[in-house]
Amino acid sequence: MRFVRRQFGGRLQTGTTEPGIEIEALRKTYSGSVALDIERFSVPARQTLVLIGPSGCGKSTLLRLVVGLIRPDSGRITIGGIPMEASTRRALLLRIGYVIQEGGLFPHLTARENIALVAEDQGWERARIDARISDLLTLTSIPASLLGRYPAELSGGQRQRVALMRALMLDPEVLLMDEPLAALDPMIRAGLQRDLRRVFQTLRKTVVFVTHDLAEAAAVGDEITLLRSGRIVQRGSFRDLVESPADPFVSEFIQAQRPPDPSSQGPA
Amino acid sequence: MSARRGLLALLPLFALPLVFATPARARVTVGSKAFPESWILGEALADRMRGEGVGNVNHRHNLGGTEIVYQALRAGSIDVYPEYTGTILEVILHAPRTWTAAQMRAALAREGIGMSDPLGFDDSYALAVTAAAQERYGLRTISDLAGHPELRLGLTHEFLGRTDGYPGLARHYGLTMPHVLGVEHELAYAALASGRIDVTDIYTTDAQIERLGLRVLEDDRRFFPRYDAVWLYRLALEREEPRALQAMRQLEGKIDETRMIRANARVVLGGQAYTASADSLLRESLGSASGVAHATPRGFGDVPGSVFRNTAQHLKLVLLSLLAAIVLGIPLGVLAARSPGLAGAILAAAGLLQTIPSLALLALLIPLLGIGVVPALVALFLYSLLPIVRNTYVGLTTIPPPLLESAATLGLSPGAQLFRIRLPLASPGIMAGIKTSAVINVGSATLAALIGAGGLGEPILSGIQLRQNGLILEGAIPAAVLALAVQKGFDLLDRLVIPKGLRLPPDPHQT
Repeated sequence: MRFVRRQFGGRLQTGTTEPGIEIEALRKTYSGSVALDIERFSVPARQTLVLIGPSGCGKSTLLRLVVGLIRPDSGRITIGGIPMEASTRRALLLRIGYVIQEGGLFPHLTARENIALVAEDQGWERARIDARISDLLTLTSIPASLLGRYPAELSGGQRQRVALMRALMLDPEVLLMDEPLAALDPMIRAGLQRDLRRVFQTLRKTVVFVTHDLAEAAAVGDEITLLRSGRIVQRGSFRDLVESPADPFVSEFIQAQRPPDPSSQGPA
Repeated sequence: MSARRGLLALLPLFALPLVFATPARARVTVGSKAFPESWILGEALADRMRGEGVGNVNHRHNLGGTEIVYQALRAGSIDVYPEYTGTILEVILHAPRTWTAAQMRAALAREGIGMSDPLGFDDSYALAVTAAAQERYGLRTISDLAGHPELRLGLTHEFLGRTDGYPGLARHYGLTMPHVLGVEHELAYAALASGRIDVTDIYTTDAQIERLGLRVLEDDRRFFPRYDAVWLYRLALEREEPRALQAMRQLEGKIDETRMIRANARVVLGGQAYTASADSLLRESLGSASGVAHATPRGFGDVPGSVFRNTAQHLKLVLLSLLAAIVLGIPLGVLAARSPGLAGAILAAAGLLQTIPSLALLALLIPLLGIGVVPALVALFLYSLLPIVRNTYVGLTTIPPPLLESAATLGLSPGAQLFRIRLPLASPGIMAGIKTSAVINVGSATLAALIGAGGLGEPILSGIQLRQNGLILEGAIPAAVLALAVQKGFDLLDRLVIPKGLRLPPDPHQT
């Protein structure tokens, strides 16, 4: 009970129990040119949705709008029924884990300090923090010996695993990942994709995963949404995109990435 | 401009606890400027006052520059000091030299200041040349200089800046000398002796005239006004301590040029303590000494003690002002980083403070804070602000955007964002700013001696006046050591303050 109250800054506002993301008439322009223009978009609770598209298509902009880093020109974003606005932002952020390309780990804090930071700020007791960290170590396959290291002493893959642990620390209902694996080399990347898929399935979070890589999209997600120039072009499973592309751009985008045989991929 | 005034208005607030911490003012404080003649006169008067039974007399010598001493008098930090009529007209009253003593008294009285009758000697400005130059060029009068543009003039900064100094002199005589350098008075003698300059400005009671065999050029077109020595004092003193006035009167008309030159020579050439020379001057002039025992003039046995005291005082000035600058400078830097609108104003104000010359800043502070430790601390504090504010601002505004965004999306409280993320990330820059301020402060604090705040500037200032290199080194060596020690100390502090993660080499194993 205490936890719930803290999360909502003293107001007993819980919204809907199902933490889906709803977007309506969302528009964002940068000096006149449209970065994002979405009529309607929703991420059902406890599902993993992959946002894909060429660079500049608006996929990162969408995540940044959802976490409130930037403000839309117009439109509405709700998370679990609560609108993302200045007054609700901090409470909502505590229910969201956000991981970016370089992890955004703080170089002056050890891995453990990075992971525990928000929980400490929330007033968690030491024992509770330790217990949570040890659960997460297992989940993200990180040896405990790495916890005392600074980000500069970790490899790129280890850093992203630690960033994931930090995002999961408060057990948020929503996980937003903005190209978290883009800076890693292919071997490390494949291992992490497998682990992420497992984590998403185990935890049943509402996940939005941004990538520009079609194989990665197929590997981690249930459903894919393809964006182009700030607009949604097609939404469906990997197979849907390949077998019935909504327009020539979809085929073109898929061809350009030389996908593997669709029958051996896609959600199991 | 209004931002700066706002800052200045805050100063008294900052200084308040320090004011209360300083000991109660002596009943009568005699001041003197930063040269031996002024010390001797100040000490002679203090002696006489003690002789007249004034209970608590204090002599603050080595106060720097007319502006500073006069401001100190107006502010009541000192009660009386020796001044010269020419200086009063030109520097203090900005009045024509045709003014009578009565006109001067009336103008001074409007500021609450009184002027005594002349003490008996005229310490005028004059130009002097070496005997060699005189022979070579056949120089006898100031007019003769005009025919020799190759002559090199080494003039004191005050003489160069005053209208009754070189600018007026050059106009009056129609001189257009191409080689004019600004030098410290005492250094000019060394430059003359070694032949680096040919002409300098001197005082007519200067002990060096005889020693260096200088020739004083005749003021054939009567440019220099009279510089009769007088006492300037707070008029309120007549009411508060009539016996102090009594002591001043006793010296009027009693000190002639010969006696003053001899008294100066005892200190400057004979190495006598100015207190002892003042004693002799009183004996010669009044036929009696104060009858009050002097503190023994310090000999070399006391050197370690005085070095330690001066260094400790110096360190106190540096560290207290630095502490205040840290306490105010970091929040100002945080404020500037938070609002771009405010940043311009804050950085401009701190930058503006930095550009005020130190003597001018001290002169500005005296009416507010008097002389001594408090205005010195405030001046040092103001000079320390810019590097700290600026580096805090730069440190905070150059944090990589992904880290700022991480901090902004974790749901951290604003306090945690500032204290656990932003300030630690900016700490290397902030520490660099503090270090810069500290090292600059060690140097600037030597100027504190000019307003009676002591420190390592004290022996340096006296050493320059007395041409005693040993005394100069007594201040200069500890100051240099202190600068290095402060730098080292802050390097060590870096290890405590800057988080270890920021001191690691970037990315040892790139994977």
